[in-house]
Amino acid sequence: MRFYEYEARKIVELAGIPVTEYGFCRTPEEARAAAEKIDGPTVVKSQVLTGGRMKAGGVQFADTPDEAATHAETILGLEINGHMPRGVLVDPKAEVKQEYYAGVVWDGTAKKPLMLFSDMGGIDIEQVAEEHPDHVGRGHISNLDPVFDFQAKQVIARTGVTGSQLTRATPILARLAELFREKDMLLAEINPLAELTDGRFVALDAHMEMEGEAVGRQAKLLREELEIAEDDTRESYEPSDFERRVKEIDASDHRGVIQGKDHNFDGNLGLVIGAGGGSLTLTDAVRSQGGKPANYSEIGGNPSVAKACGLAREVLQKDGVEKIAVMMSIVSNTRVDIVARGVIKACLELGLDPSETIAVFRIPGAWEEEGAKILDYYGVEYYDRSVSLWDAAGRAVEKVQG
Amino acid sequence: MSAEQESIFIGIEIEEPAASDPELARKLEEVCPVSIFEATDSGTEIIASRLDECVLCGLCVEAAPAGAVTIVKKYEG
Repeated sequence: MRFYEYEARKIVELAGIPVTEYGFCRTPEEARAAAEKIDGPTVVKSQVLTGGRMKAGGVQFADTPDEAATHAETILGLEINGHMPRGVLVDPKAEVKQEYYAGVVWDGTAKKPLMLFSDMGGIDIEQVAEEHPDHVGRGHISNLDPVFDFQAKQVIARTGVTGSQLTRATPILARLAELFREKDMLLAEINPLAELTDGRFVALDAHMEMEGEAVGRQAKLLREELEIAEDDTRESYEPSDFERRVKEIDASDHRGVIQGKDHNFDGNLGLVIGAGGGSLTLTDAVRSQGGKPANYSEIGGNPSVAKACGLAREVLQKDGVEKIAVMMSIVSNTRVDIVARGVIKACLELGLDPSETIAVFRIPGAWEEEGAKILDYYGVEYYDRSVSLWDAAGRAVEKVQG
Repeated sequence: MSAEQESIFIGIEIEEPAASDPELARKLEEVCPVSIFEATDSGTEIIASRLDECVLCGLCVEAAPAGAVTIVKKYEG
């Protein structure tokens, strides 16, 4: 789940990290009042869940409250990358001595949170890591043990920061790491973390992303402290009809799980794929061999025939789909014969010949012999575990490309 | 009796008099994990639209007298 900047700032503030006195405003009048309260030059920032605000004119500087109100009016009507702003954030224009970066990300390889710090803030950390690797400090923290200040200090010191800057930045990174764990974040970032001319360190901008599965656990933060409505899901784009229908099919039957995505997919090979990371591997395998997937999908957890059929029907009915590939890594609880029945049924219901429509069926595992009988009866090309995912994907690409 | 309409892969046949036995009908309704059978006053009703969900567990065959219930896999020719 993603957060607007004003919410991310609030999360940071709740964790005890200093922030500037900002105001979230929905109207130009509120922006004027916030600027009057700040009593000095301000920055008016669009609150959208997308990047590129500065380039699009979504960040403006104001010397007076009237100017802040004028900028707010402009920004509130400014669409950025297809997103209309929820409001504007009015922030004091800080007197910055130096900008730093402080962040915590989930390291999927180490399966631990990773603290990051750089003395080159205000720009993308990926760019800094690539161009100035010696200016990025890194260090893992435990998933269970408390976060100690010395761990944060070691990470910061690796960038060459010393003295009072090191002392002041240390508790900020340590608190950020604690909030990352306590609030089930996937990303917690302060960029820039500013050292002001008076020596104070404050968060000037923050970016947070929470694990979607943690939304229920974090109800207090989301509903009470941030006042985010339950139906405010923060999807990064409007779901397509295909995605909505697949979701409905999934919700209508408790057995098994299906997911379907087609955002930015417009190929001719429909994918009915899944099992233990199989979907990502297979999508990559299709693309790497020149194939054009029409969708991404996940199927598993021993779905019913109706559910497998429902997903296959939706994929087959997508514009431009010529054939489907039904592929998974090795299944244990999902039954090969049930999936085979589902996809064949989808073809027959749509008046299509399964042997022509299913480019490849490669699902080894539970009940594969029974599945093979069904596929053989309908003349569908079937591969067992002796054929790799890569080769099966290649065969599907070959068949759809004629 | 048999119910093969609407199903593509699976057919189930119940011989008389078992098909008209209300007690067996209740048993079949209870044991089937995918709700293919419905107990009625006149015996067992097979819900044809559910047949393709059959997981081939064989519990219906075991619950009935020997030979009374037969599962037909249509793809075996």
